[in-house]
Amino acid sequence: MAKLRQAAIYGKGGIGKSTTTQNLVAALAEAGHKVMIVGCDPKADSTRLILHSKAQNSVMELAAEAGSVEDLELEDVLSVGFGGIKCVESGGPEPGVGCAGRGVITAINFLEEEGAYDEDLDFVFYDVLGDVVCGGFAMPIRENKAQEIYIVCSGEMMAMYAANNIAKGIVKYANSGGVRLAGLICNSRNTDREDELIIALAEKLGTQMIHFIPRDNAVQHAEIRRMTVIEFDPKHKQADEYRALASKIVNNKKFVIPTPITMDELEALLMEFGIMEVEDTTIIGKTAAELAAAAA
Amino acid sequence: MSALTREETEALIQEVLEVYPEKAKKDRAKHLAVNDQAVEQSKKCITSNRKSLPGVMTIRGCAYAGSKGVVWGPIKDMIHISHGPVGCGQYSRAGRRNYYVGTTGVDTFGTMNFTSDFQEKDIVFGGDKKLAKLINEVELLFPLHRGISVQSECPIGLIGDDIEAVSKKGAKEIGKPIVPVRCEGFRGVSQSLGHHIANDAVRDWVLDARDGAPFESTPYDVSIIGDYNIGGDAWASRILLEEMGLRVVSQWSGDGTLAEMEKTPKVKLNLLHCYRSMNYISRHMEEKYGIPWLEYNFFGPTKIAESLRAIAAHFDDKIKEGAEKVIARYQPMMDAVIAKYKPRLGGKTVMLYVGGLRPRHVIGAYEDLGMEVTGTGYEFAHGDDYDRTIKEMGNATLLYDDVTGFELEEFVKKLNPDLVGSGIKEKYVFQKMGIPLRQMHSWDYSGPYHGYDGFAIFARDMDMAISSPTFKNLVPPWKKKSETEELKKAA
Repeated sequence: MAKLRQAAIYGKGGIGKSTTTQNLVAALAEAGHKVMIVGCDPKADSTRLILHSKAQNSVMELAAEAGSVEDLELEDVLSVGFGGIKCVESGGPEPGVGCAGRGVITAINFLEEEGAYDEDLDFVFYDVLGDVVCGGFAMPIRENKAQEIYIVCSGEMMAMYAANNIAKGIVKYANSGGVRLAGLICNSRNTDREDELIIALAEKLGTQMIHFIPRDNAVQHAEIRRMTVIEFDPKHKQADEYRALASKIVNNKKFVIPTPITMDELEALLMEFGIMEVEDTTIIGKTAAELAAAAA
Repeated sequence: MSALTREETEALIQEVLEVYPEKAKKDRAKHLAVNDQAVEQSKKCITSNRKSLPGVMTIRGCAYAGSKGVVWGPIKDMIHISHGPVGCGQYSRAGRRNYYVGTTGVDTFGTMNFTSDFQEKDIVFGGDKKLAKLINEVELLFPLHRGISVQSECPIGLIGDDIEAVSKKGAKEIGKPIVPVRCEGFRGVSQSLGHHIANDAVRDWVLDARDGAPFESTPYDVSIIGDYNIGGDAWASRILLEEMGLRVVSQWSGDGTLAEMEKTPKVKLNLLHCYRSMNYISRHMEEKYGIPWLEYNFFGPTKIAESLRAIAAHFDDKIKEGAEKVIARYQPMMDAVIAKYKPRLGGKTVMLYVGGLRPRHVIGAYEDLGMEVTGTGYEFAHGDDYDRTIKEMGNATLLYDDVTGFELEEFVKKLNPDLVGSGIKEKYVFQKMGIPLRQMHSWDYSGPYHGYDGFAIFARDMDMAISSPTFKNLVPPWKKKSETEELKKAA
């Protein structure tokens, strides 16, 4: 058995992290790898396509019912789904109360103490909430956890901005632990020259675009059925894209400490690709009415 | 007259600062000063109410300590919930000797600990549901309580529990006031901000409860504010005010009730003992209700007489005569106390390091016994406290703000006082150095020290410490050279 590899998936909220992760993990499982997914998001929707369920009972939910995490057993929180994929959700509070970050910390500590990672696993994937808003959401990339990070992004400005910010966060933990940036996964939004743009961004960050996943409705068709494309329609060409991503990740050797860029550099890149206009300073702070008056 | 000259005291400060790294030295230098009565504003000579340096031994508390421990905790007929993990409430439980009358667990709750005892799940999912449940349980188990205060511990501020909403809803359900207090320990530099936050909570949630309600007023209505009734202090004070003809409508928070707090805006004069912890609410009542306030000092006969006359000056001749009668009645007793102890204590020196008001208020009491205070300092004072201190302390005496463990030890070694007045953290350090120490937070489990009755106890306790033979026997017989030699000779 090869050494267990732990990877974390980050990216802007709504970019498709959970969908991508689950399709990727399904492809890995199909290829015979033993995989576990740890959802680190209070929404607890990181495993639904694997388990065909609405939302898995999370560690924190079960702990709250039982009294504390000490009262839980590993089998209470661990569900097995498609292809023998082990699934855990950290869980957390509803929006607006409590501390979701602490939930992630508690859940991951619990998994570690209970030996969830000692089993016959090849990969663990952490699917982490959009932004690293506090220390809790950086938990998966601290020492002895995820060693490689994949950032899901697209050719949209805010997605790239978030990717750069996440790279900044990785630098901090790269210096204190062993975590490395392993690549950008471009989840296409069908913007112009998207692949070139993400390749350019990856270069600037010192990493690679590990794979370009084209946009395809097959993903949504499968998702409605709470399934991955790999399971729903294994012959579909989109399934092959995830298989390609999986095999690239298995063979990935490019782990780097990222070199995040400044806001100005990022804007220059966006302008180069025509996503952002060259700044027209005369329009800043002007209302539509004012601009109309100026034009007249 | 201080034992040291101004130059010597300055040299002492420099000597003590010498061990610090440059940055720490620069910072601590601002907190140490040689007293000069000529200085009008203390900010010219001493800095206070600043963040303590990491790495030094400071004995400051936190905002929660200032609110729950000092201002709110002693209100006896309310239940004060320490909202958060169990430790803050449990380790501060019943620690402050705020005496009160009542049946604990039935109609008074002062020495009990109520806590929401946060677990991991409460942090993650929020503690508001637990707080709501706790409020209902409190109402069920202790139906005679008059209200609840919610004292926030640190995690509440971090996870953003909406304690205000829970309090409002709960208050409606149980039909009693519930006061949320945002006194998370990490706020501010010391317990001082906790006092302020607690005062603001009194202002926002309690004080206007009886605005416009009928009240049978007299021209002699006063309140005692900021006496925490340590060992019965407030009782020893109250009798003097009543004896001179005043009516004490409310007294808080020592042995205080919620009803008394609510009635305070009805009085004619607020009498403020601990300025530091309760000046905010006194100023508020002055602004909103036009009630003047007066800071008084009931330590030692000299200050008591001064204060009684100052209080009487706010009233008519009947009260003024009353004050004179009280002074005349007790003065002979005080003279007898002084006659007894002054011969033993006269000329002795004392160094103080305490909290809110005592570093300056007790100076007069020591002076009544013929003693001299050669150094004093506050844990959490502001500039206005030092303004008041400069005039009480002798020239060339030592002032130290938020003193570090190291500094205080060094100062005591050099000034070599006959007594140190400080707290439990200092007590055994100095007693092992051979210097008697009286705890000036808890009165060393004695008291009261306020009022005429208190002075007799104060004098006895100080004599007990200073004149104790213990400290002459710190050197074991076999190390006493002269004695062993004498024994040999005798043999």
